[in-house]
Amino acid sequence: MTALSRSGRWISDHIILIVGLLVLAYTFVPIAVVVLMSFNAPEARLTYQFDGFTWHNWTNPCEPEGMCDAVVLSLEIGLLATIGATILGTLMAFALVRHRFAGRTTANLVIFLPMATPEIVMGSSLLALFVGTGFSGDLGFWTILIAHIMFCLSFVVVTVKARLTGLDSTLEQAAMDLYANEWQTFWRVTFPLVFPGILGAALLAFSLSFDDFIVTNLNAGNEVTFPMFVWGSAQRDIPMQINVIGTAMFLVSVLIVLAGSLRGRRRATA
Amino acid sequence: MSALTQTPAEDAPPEPPDEERPALGRRYTGYLLILPGVLWLGLFFLIPFYSLVATSLYDPAGTVFSGYEMTWAWSNFDNAVTDNWQPLLRSFLFGGLATVFCLLLGYPLAYAIAFKAGRWKYLMLVLVIAPFFTSFLIRTISWQLILADNGFVVDTLQTLRILGADDRLLNTPIAVVAGLTYNFLPFMVLPLYASLDKIDHRLIEAASDLYASPIRGFAKVTLPLSMPGVVAGTLLTFIPAAGDFINAELLGRPSDSMVGNVIQQYFSGGNNYPDAAALSMILMALILGMVLLYVRRAGTEDLV
Repeated sequence: MTALSRSGRWISDHIILIVGLLVLAYTFVPIAVVVLMSFNAPEARLTYQFDGFTWHNWTNPCEPEGMCDAVVLSLEIGLLATIGATILGTLMAFALVRHRFAGRTTANLVIFLPMATPEIVMGSSLLALFVGTGFSGDLGFWTILIAHIMFCLSFVVVTVKARLTGLDSTLEQAAMDLYANEWQTFWRVTFPLVFPGILGAALLAFSLSFDDFIVTNLNAGNEVTFPMFVWGSAQRDIPMQINVIGTAMFLVSVLIVLAGSLRGRRRATA
Repeated sequence: MSALTQTPAEDAPPEPPDEERPALGRRYTGYLLILPGVLWLGLFFLIPFYSLVATSLYDPAGTVFSGYEMTWAWSNFDNAVTDNWQPLLRSFLFGGLATVFCLLLGYPLAYAIAFKAGRWKYLMLVLVIAPFFTSFLIRTISWQLILADNGFVVDTLQTLRILGADDRLLNTPIAVVAGLTYNFLPFMVLPLYASLDKIDHRLIEAASDLYASPIRGFAKVTLPLSMPGVVAGTLLTFIPAAGDFINAELLGRPSDSMVGNVIQQYFSGGNNYPDAAALSMILMALILGMVLLYVRRAGTEDLV
């Protein structure tokens, strides 16, 4: 009995960790393929397999026609959408956590709904709006930007709100007790404390914007973002350079996240 | 709907600040802060729904170039369903299967992070979201390579006689469901983790003090307490999975197409906006209906 239950506990203690790690490893299999394929020297067009090692793709990242233009466009839109969504979303999060007003429930619902709507529905309704109001000829940079700010907004609100809700309000009270006025309290105490949340929200918004295909594709007109370039090339033949961009994106964002966590940890121990 | 807004993805609205908290500004500041964002969502998320409804009732004879006439053509809905009931059904089937697999894979992972990871907890959480940072499309294209006919996976399964010599994985419904499962797994893991991490360990200890076996303790204590995470994760996985068309397009055959593929084709063809809008409306209505049903059910039994 005891031996049995002890071995049962050992199994439940370790099996779950092992299973969890296996699932985690499985999520990295395609990433490994992306990294591997970024060094691929394809022998024939139209076959997507590893044929041989080369540095060529990394030294000539802009070789496929139009790819780097698409990357630049995605970066521009990502940056502007991040700025827009982060500002609007942060203001909304502050309003929801720090202020009483009528219509909170409605506001919460309006913020939640975009996250519960399939992208294809969001994209097609936005297209219906643009076409219905006579802007079908103007689809392009600005319509993409409008769409991206729209679907990033809710995620920013949720992220900043989580940080703001978990904030220790005694610190602000201490500042007020020490004769800081509201403005000083906000900029010297509240804002620095919420800032990691805002930064996290901005990172999330950027990756959502940079990666979006479904909504963008419907509202892009003749513009081609990086995901649209990848989609287009997947229908023909896939240049290995998209894997270079994929690998670079992965490395840069993991570095940013790790650097952020290291800084956070150092500050916490200081 | 209020139960829906209280899933961990959208935390329960926190209590309004007490009076002793620093009151930043006067009464109307809240409105001023929230107004720009709400306006944006109103203009570009809510009003478009109205446009979608209108478009779905336009005369189907029109084109983008000649313009559309509003003729209250309810027959668009009829046509959309008659022509596309199979992709609609497939969307819910594939999305549902992917959600079940995500739950089966995601629960052990979330459990391991919440209870077994110790000081590696933070690193494991970063690793869960890290694959997100490489483009969704590029990762899905990688699955083409992994599941390819001459690839390692198919070879192994053929050697084990699980697959016949002529069977394949790529361009089958299996590949589509596998792709959906892979792509939406983090949406399942994160809410599950948030829910599991909140559980008071003393409750589980109490169960084992009262002679509950680990399995019984899990079934009677941990699992019920993690239900909010299960509900949130299931919704956050199912909704995008049912609307997705990227996996069906890149990993499946044209005959495995989901409703997203059809809507996308109708819109990009440029001549079938009314039917596409009608299909979009149907998809949204079905998803909202399922969400409400699901939340109400889970809400009355297992949520607070």
